[in-house]
Amino acid sequence: MIAYADFKIESLAYFSKKMPNHVRWVLQQIKSRIERLNALFRPVMHYNCSAHHEGTNMTEEASNISSDTAAYPWSKNEMFLFRAALAFAMRDYTNGEEFGVSDIHPCDETERVSFWFVVTRPNTTDLVDKGTVEMAIKKSRNRINGAFLLTDQTLEFDGIYPTLAAPVSPATPPWLIVFGVVMGAVSVGIIALLVYPLVQRKLKKNKDADDEDSDEETGVKTAEIGANDGIYNSMFSDDERFTQM
Amino acid sequence: TATKITLPMEQMFDMEAESDEQKEITQRPKGDNKIQYLLTCIGFAVGLGNVWRFPYLCQTYGGGAFLIPYVIALVFEGLPLLHMELAIGQRLRMGSVGVWSSISPYQGGVGVASMLVSFLVGLFYNMILAWILWYFFHSFQSPLPWRDCPINISVNYFWYRETLNMTPNIETSGSLQWWLVLCLASAWCIVYICFIRGIETVGKAIYATATFPYLVLTIFLITALTLPGASDGLIYLFTLNWETLKNPKVWLDAATQIFFSLSLAFGGLIAFSSYNPQKNNCERDALIVGCVNSFTSIYASIPIFVILGFKANENNNNCQNWNILTLTNAFNIGVGNITLENYGEWLNYLNKTDPSEVESLNLKACNLQTFLEEVASGTGLAFILFTEAVIEMPASQVWAVLFFVMLFCLSLSSMFGNLEGVLTPLLDLHIVPPWIPKEAFTGLICLISFAVALIFTLGSGNYWLEIFNSYVGSVPLLIIAFFEIIAVAYVYGINRFNDDIEWMTGRRPNIYWQATWRFISPFMLLVVFVAYVVIEAEKQPTYNAWNPDYVHYPLADVLHYPEWVFAICVLLSILPVVAIPLVAFYKFMSSRALEYAGCLCCLPACSAFLALSYNGALEHPDVIKPFKLLQFEFQLSGKTSIPM
Repeated sequence: MIAYADFKIESLAYFSKKMPNHVRWVLQQIKSRIERLNALFRPVMHYNCSAHHEGTNMTEEASNISSDTAAYPWSKNEMFLFRAALAFAMRDYTNGEEFGVSDIHPCDETERVSFWFVVTRPNTTDLVDKGTVEMAIKKSRNRINGAFLLTDQTLEFDGIYPTLAAPVSPATPPWLIVFGVVMGAVSVGIIALLVYPLVQRKLKKNKDADDEDSDEETGVKTAEIGANDGIYNSMFSDDERFTQM
Repeated sequence: TATKITLPMEQMFDMEAESDEQKEITQRPKGDNKIQYLLTCIGFAVGLGNVWRFPYLCQTYGGGAFLIPYVIALVFEGLPLLHMELAIGQRLRMGSVGVWSSISPYQGGVGVASMLVSFLVGLFYNMILAWILWYFFHSFQSPLPWRDCPINISVNYFWYRETLNMTPNIETSGSLQWWLVLCLASAWCIVYICFIRGIETVGKAIYATATFPYLVLTIFLITALTLPGASDGLIYLFTLNWETLKNPKVWLDAATQIFFSLSLAFGGLIAFSSYNPQKNNCERDALIVGCVNSFTSIYASIPIFVILGFKANENNNNCQNWNILTLTNAFNIGVGNITLENYGEWLNYLNKTDPSEVESLNLKACNLQTFLEEVASGTGLAFILFTEAVIEMPASQVWAVLFFVMLFCLSLSSMFGNLEGVLTPLLDLHIVPPWIPKEAFTGLICLISFAVALIFTLGSGNYWLEIFNSYVGSVPLLIIAFFEIIAVAYVYGINRFNDDIEWMTGRRPNIYWQATWRFISPFMLLVVFVAYVVIEAEKQPTYNAWNPDYVHYPLADVLHYPEWVFAICVLLSILPVVAIPLVAFYKFMSSRALEYAGCLCCLPACSAFLALSYNGALEHPDVIKPFKLLQFEFQLSGKTSIPM
């Protein structure tokens, strides 16, 4: 509710640029009182991130995060999940320091689902420096992505580049396996095709040897058996043909 | 009687055919049936060029309008030459060397030239088969290895570094890449196993290799039509740009494309048709093969264009999405507010409000037309553009495997023709002693080819392949084809040829064939040859080198061929062609001294000439052969009636 009041005051201020100066002063007074009230009720909340990232010069503490999935439904619950994930990442990196959800402070949220955040040490208001936060995020990047079912391309931490996974190189390159299968089949085929007629000829020779013992062929050699003997002289073949004329 | 006197002449031809056959001690092998023969010829004609050269030409020359010069070239150049080769092979029942020596002893060199060209082309063609096998072996991984590569354009990296390991220029030879040697060895083993028993095993293999590409093309076509961006590709293909017809280069490219696409002048078609029975309708076969080849080219370009349209669409969307993301990040607009549709409005609005910021973002200019015009042919189409497209498709491994198996089948069936153009003449010439079985001789040829082709597995192998492709597979073929048609039309005699065809098919060739064989085709060949040489001579002999250290990398570095390389290029062009005058000269010199030709030397080349002259002796008019003389008389006087 207090945040809502903040917003209201801001928008009022925006739309009334032409207001007289004393009115503007009054509004600013109201705003600062509300801020002090906020500080009373939640002493560790509401850091003014703008102080930590003027324009494009990022100071030590703040980090920018943006999500560019078109239809990612962002809500306060999602923000809570983010803060929990970040707290986990900080715990994991610092090996046990009890970071809580309340130690992650987002601010300057934009419509694009893009916001800055700072991290404080547990139970204190000391800011954790940006380098440590970045290392923690790098270490647990996968877990943070997984919490939102996003990827390195859709959940971007500004300034923190995703570490590429080492390419998987299996012991035997898979292509050699396919090559081995194909070459094996081809080699077997070649050997089979070369050996098969030799085997057939040997069997036939044995069969012929058996046959020849039984009956003697003295007749005219038929074309099949005799064709390979001697040289065919084309001059003296086909004499019968010409008697037709 | 007034009956048609064909019986005696039939007997003449029968006898001559019989005596030719009986010259061979073993019977000539034959295919199983007609379908196999047609599939073999179609498989030889339909090759990689139908898939990766024809669509490129269509794309370059304004889509559908290219079909007009293409069809004209087919009708006036392709079909007549095809018919002639099939008829002459079927009639004389010998390989290319035997056929041309039979027509005239001085023409034997044409056959030798064909054989040499087939051998040289077979060398580098099988290297392409090895590359296809390499990609095929790698398609069984998930994810595909050319998707995740260290460098920006990972597909290029995978082709140039992982596959070829290409050196920056042709002088740097690099070393033998063992993985390419393995793939080349497996390619030659596969070719060998299909060729083990000659036409018998080839005929069995051709059922698969000739039909499978059509199946895959259909699958691709149906799937590709469901992809987004399909319509862009189709529209691009079918927009007719009539202006391009005025460019003479279009006609030249159409003529050369139809010529090389039909695999004419290799001697392979003559070899295949020599295994046919003589009474076969070769006219219809020629028409079928020619038309199926052209139909395949057109049919293949549709899925290719569709897939390229899909890829262009993807690239365009990625480009625009990158722009949208940049704007979103810079101006912290809500995600999803800027879409592809309202991008223009948003850009205008932002430009008005903060032009300097927009300027600093360096937004890309995304134009679909520019992406569509990324033309590529040859290995660039298959191994770069297509692999890139396959990554984007769902179930990439399946598409990659199908695509590479299709390419493999296409090139394998063309390899059959190449190897047949080498083996059949050698076997016909009886150079091989009879105690060496045919399988061993085939294996020996494969082994020699493999050994010579190892130069293509070097780091600079791709450069050498380009040289072979440009210089061997172009000008010599045109010259050989020109001599072929002159030999048939004027040396053998067009009338005699007509009689042969009438005897074989039962029908005399009509006026279309007469006109094309006598005048139109030789004239077209001459014009194409002269134009080709003129255009090539105008171009500088340069080549595209892949050099990562080049200033404008990843653009190709254009280098000049060094002197010695250019000399080799010229040698490659001239070597096959020089066989024609050499053999004619040799025949001329030794025609009288034939009978005294002792053993000249033991070199295989000389024994080839010896075998040629042996064949030539039987055709020599002075050799007494009663039937031959009678035949000559009848030929001179045309058809006469013989009193029975």
